[in-house]
Amino acid sequence: MSKSFFIDTTLCTACRACQVACKQWHDLPAEETENRGTYENPADLSFDTYKLVRMREEVIGGKLQWLFFPEQCRHCAEAPCLDTAGDETAVYKDAATGAIIFTANTKGLNVDEIIESCPYNIPRKGPDGTLAKCDMCLDRVHNGLLPACVKTCPTGAMNFGERSEMVALAKSRLSTVKKTNPKAALLDPDDVNVIYLVTEKPSLYHEFAVASNTAFDITRQVALRRMFKPLTNIVSRLL
Amino acid sequence: MTNHWIDIKNSDCILIMGSNAAENHPISFKYVTEAQQKGAKLISVDPRFTRTSSKADIYTALRSGTDIAFLGGMIKYLLDNKLYNKEYIANYTNAPFIVGKSFKFNKGLFSGYEAAKKGQGPALGKYDKKKWGFEMDKNGVPKMDRSLKNSRSVFQLLKKHYKRYNTKLVSKITGTSREDLLKVYKTYAATGARGKAGTIMYAMGWTQHTVGTQNIRTMAMIQLLLGNMGVAGGGVNALRGESNVQGSTDHCLLWHIWPGYLKTPRASNVSLAAYNKKWTPKSNDPLSANWWQNYPKYSVSLLKSFFGEKATKKNDFGYDWLPKVDDGKAYSWFDLFDAMYKGTVKGFFAWGMNPACSGSNANKNRKAMAKLDWMVNVNLFDNETGSFWKGPGVNPSKIKTEVFMLPACTSVEKEGSITNSGRWMQWRYQGPKPLGNSLSDGDIIMELGNKIKAAYRKSGVSSEAIRNLKWDYLTHGEYDPHKVAKEINGYYLEGPKKGKLVESFGKLKADGSTSSANWLYCHSYTEKGNMSARRSKKDAPNNIGLYPEFAWCWPVNRRIIYNRASVDLKGQPWDKKDWVVKFTGDVKDGKYVSKKWIGDVPDGGWYPLENPDGSKRKDAKYAFIMRKHGHAQIFGPGRADGPFPEHYEPLESPIAKNLMNPQRMNPTAVVYTTDADAYATNSAKYPYVCSTYRVSEHWQTGLMTRPQAWLLELQPQVFVEMSEELAKIRKIKNGERVKVASARGSLECTAIVTKRFKPFKIAGKTVHQVGVPWNFGWRWPESGKEESANLLTPPTGDPNTRIPETKAFMVNIKKI
Repeated sequence: MSKSFFIDTTLCTACRACQVACKQWHDLPAEETENRGTYENPADLSFDTYKLVRMREEVIGGKLQWLFFPEQCRHCAEAPCLDTAGDETAVYKDAATGAIIFTANTKGLNVDEIIESCPYNIPRKGPDGTLAKCDMCLDRVHNGLLPACVKTCPTGAMNFGERSEMVALAKSRLSTVKKTNPKAALLDPDDVNVIYLVTEKPSLYHEFAVASNTAFDITRQVALRRMFKPLTNIVSRLL
Repeated sequence: MTNHWIDIKNSDCILIMGSNAAENHPISFKYVTEAQQKGAKLISVDPRFTRTSSKADIYTALRSGTDIAFLGGMIKYLLDNKLYNKEYIANYTNAPFIVGKSFKFNKGLFSGYEAAKKGQGPALGKYDKKKWGFEMDKNGVPKMDRSLKNSRSVFQLLKKHYKRYNTKLVSKITGTSREDLLKVYKTYAATGARGKAGTIMYAMGWTQHTVGTQNIRTMAMIQLLLGNMGVAGGGVNALRGESNVQGSTDHCLLWHIWPGYLKTPRASNVSLAAYNKKWTPKSNDPLSANWWQNYPKYSVSLLKSFFGEKATKKNDFGYDWLPKVDDGKAYSWFDLFDAMYKGTVKGFFAWGMNPACSGSNANKNRKAMAKLDWMVNVNLFDNETGSFWKGPGVNPSKIKTEVFMLPACTSVEKEGSITNSGRWMQWRYQGPKPLGNSLSDGDIIMELGNKIKAAYRKSGVSSEAIRNLKWDYLTHGEYDPHKVAKEINGYYLEGPKKGKLVESFGKLKADGSTSSANWLYCHSYTEKGNMSARRSKKDAPNNIGLYPEFAWCWPVNRRIIYNRASVDLKGQPWDKKDWVVKFTGDVKDGKYVSKKWIGDVPDGGWYPLENPDGSKRKDAKYAFIMRKHGHAQIFGPGRADGPFPEHYEPLESPIAKNLMNPQRMNPTAVVYTTDADAYATNSAKYPYVCSTYRVSEHWQTGLMTRPQAWLLELQPQVFVEMSEELAKIRKIKNGERVKVASARGSLECTAIVTKRFKPFKIAGKTVHQVGVPWNFGWRWPESGKEESANLLTPPTGDPNTRIPETKAFMVNIKKI
C-alpha cells in the first residue's frame, strides 16, 4: 500500500513553516538570498531546497487573490525519472511507501536527461553532479512519524497517510470546496502521490503545477529509448 | 483574551482587524480554519491585503488610523437597524444608566476639558472626569431606565453620539467604499442573533495609535451591543506579541500596576489605609458583587509576600518602605527614554529587550543611551542596544557609557511557566542545560538581589525595602521556579493551615494571615500540586474546547471570562449548542431552590437574576462582577480621552482637518518635544501614510531570527511595500532599493511593488499608503544595511497607556 500527501491549497497561509521544517529535518544549508520584490524565497528549488512555497498575486474576476502553492516532488506512480535513470541504485521506488528516492549514485548518470524527464521540473543538480529532491522524509515515515512538513503545518493544508485515505480526503474536500469555487480541482490525482487541491487555473499558481499534456508521453518515449540501451551499461554501474 | 485560542473555533464570524493573525499568529489559524470549515465567515480589514486577507470571505481596506470611524459606523448601523440584543444590553450593560447633566459633547470635546499650558506636556490636555458621572438615587445606586428610553440614558446618548457616523462620511475618512462598509457591518451584525457569536482578533494594529485604547473600546461596545461578551466564540481577543506577554503583564511589567492589576501607590496614598481606601471601589447596590471590594485582601497579601515576617500590622505591612510615584506623573517607556535623553536617568537595565530597534523614534533612544553612565544588556545575543556605541553614525571614542553584557539562556533551557494570550499558565520543563556561562533570568535576578542586599546591609537610600525583602527562592544554590510559583500562589501564614498553600483567592485575608504575590494566580499551585503542569486532554461536559484540566488559567481556571453574560436572566444559555455555563439548580413552584452551575467555572456561583417564573431574586448578582456597578461599560467614564470613542486623526496624517469634528487629533494624546522629537502633518515633504508591522519569518526586532540562516533565507532584507500606482508615480521598480524617510529618520529598503496595496480616496484626494516591517536592525545581517523601521516612527502615544503611534505616520520615498 503506498503513501500519499494531500495538499489543500485552500487552507495554506504560506507561513512557510513547512519550508523551514524540511530544511531542519534534512539539515540543509540556507541559501544566500535577496528580496526580489516578493516574499517568495529562495527563487527556485535547488540541491539544498526541496520544498518551496510559491506565492502569486492574481486578480481573478475583479478580485485580488494571493495564491500559495507549497511545491515539492510528486512521487509519481509511474515515475519518469526512475525510468530515465534506469539504475535502481540511483533512483528507486521505496516498496513500503511508494516514495521515489534519489541516492548518491545519481552522480555520474545523465542527470540532465533525468531532470528533463520530470513533468514537474523537480530534481536539482548539486555542485558534484548528484541529484536531490524531496525524499518523503522516508526515515521519519519508516519510524511511524509524519513527514516534517506535514507535522509542522498549523492549518491542515499538508496531509499525509495511506493513499486510499488521502484520495478519500481529497475527494471529500473537493466536493465541499466546489460548492463555493466551481473551478476547484485535484491536480493529476491518478498519476501522483502528492495530490493538490486548487481553486483556480493551475498555471496561475505555478508553471509546473500540473504535468504538461505531453510531458508523460515524452518521458515515456525517453524511457522506452533507454530500455533499448545495451544492458551492459547498467550492469557495469551495478558492479 | 476574554476567551482563549481554541475557542476561536466556536465562532460564527471572525473579524480580524488591527492584526494579521495568519502571518503573526500562524497557529491561531488552526482554529480560524476549523471555524471556517464549520461555516464561519472570516472578515479581514487591513490597509494592506495580507496572508490573512487571502483566506478571508470578505476583505476590505481602510486608511491606517481610522478604525474608530469604521467601527463607529458599525455602531450606528446596529442601532439604526435594531440589530442589538436588547435584553442583554438592558440587563448586563450600563446602557440603561442615566448620565449626569454635566456630561456634554461639543465640537469634538467632552465636557471638562482643559488644554495643557505651554511646557506642561507631554499630554496635550486632560479632562475632569467628574463631569461624566452617573445620576445616583437616594441610596447611592446609579439611576437606571431598563426600557432604555430616557433621553439621558447611556443608550440614547450613544445613539446621539454615533448619529454623525454615516457611511458617506465614514467612507470619506477611511477610504473604504460604502458598499464594503455595509458588507462588513451586515455580516458581522448577524452575530447579534441568539445562538450566534462573533469574535474579534486584534493586536498592535489597534493598540499602537494615539486612540489605541478607544479603538478597542469601540469594538468592546459592539460586542456588548451584539451580546457577544461571555459567550463561546465571542469576546474581545488581544493576540499578544510574545508567548508570555500576558504573564509578564499580569505580574506587573508596566509601571502603573502591581501584580494582579493592583495600583502602583501614588505619593498622595500616604498610608496603607489611604492606599486601600483610594483604590477600593464601593457600591451600594446589593446586586453588585463589586469584586474589587476585596482589594485590601490582595494588597496586604502581596506585602506579606514581599516582606514575610518583617511585614506586620504595626508597620503597615511594610507599605512605607515601597517607592511611590508622583501624582499625575507617568513613567512609561516613552517617559523613561525622554528622561534618559534629558540626562536624568543614569543607569539602565535592558532586560530581554532591544530598544535601539523596538522603541518608537529609535534614533532618540540610541542617542539617549549615549547619555547613560552604565547599561546592563541581559539577552541571548549581543544586539543593536548592547552595541549602540558602535552603531551607524556613532563614534565609539565619544561614548562614555559603560556597557555590560549578561548572557541569558533560552526559554527551553530553563523550567518555569508562561501565560499565553488566552490566560493559560503552562508549565514548561527544562530541555538542555544553559549553554556556556549563560544563566536563566531567575538565576541572574537572584544573584543581583543578593548583591544589592549585601551592598545595602548597613545603610543606603530606602535600604529598609531592600534589607527586609524576603529573598528565599534558591534550592541548592540555584534559582527554584517552584518556590517562586508557590510564592505567587500564596501561603497561609497563621492558624491551623499555617505553611500550607492557599486554595484560591477567596481565602485571602487583609489581616496579614495570608500571603500571595499575585492574587489572580492564587489557585495555580496548591496542595493538590502545580495546576499549570496538568496535561489532561479531557474536555468539559459542554464540549466546546475548554479542556479544564490542561494547564491552568486565571482567574480560578475560568476559561471564558464574563461567562455569566452567556446566559439569560434565568441562567439559561443564549446559545443552546455551544453553551459555556448553565444553571441547573432545583426548581420548586417556579423558584430556584438550590444552586448549581455546570460547564465552565462560572463568574461567581450566585443564583441567576430571575427565577423560572420570572420573579426577581434578591440573592443574585449582576453579570459583570469586576465592575463597580456590576454592568459592562458601554459608557466608559474612566478613560482619559472620553466616555465614548471619537474619531481623531493621527498626529501625522495626510489631511489638514478631521472631517468628523473640529479637533484634528486626540486632544489628550501625549506628544514629546525634545530636539530629537519631530513631526510633520499634512506636509508635502512627507505625503504617504506609513504603518509598521511584522512578518511571519521574523520575531520582534529579529534578534532571535535574523541570525537564524533558514529564516533569513526567507526574509533577508527590510522592505517597503507600495501600490503599483505609487511605484509608477515615484518611478520605482519592483525589487530595487529605495530610501524611506520621515521627519525623524530614514532607512534603505527593498521596494515590493504589489497589488496588495491600493491608493485610497480620502476627502476627495488620492492618498497612498506604504508599510515597512520592523523586524530588522543594523547588527545582522552582516551588511549592516537592514535597519529598523522604528527610525521612522513618531514621538506620540495614547493618553491612557502611552503606547506609541507606530501604526500611522507620514513618510516619503525616493529612489536611491
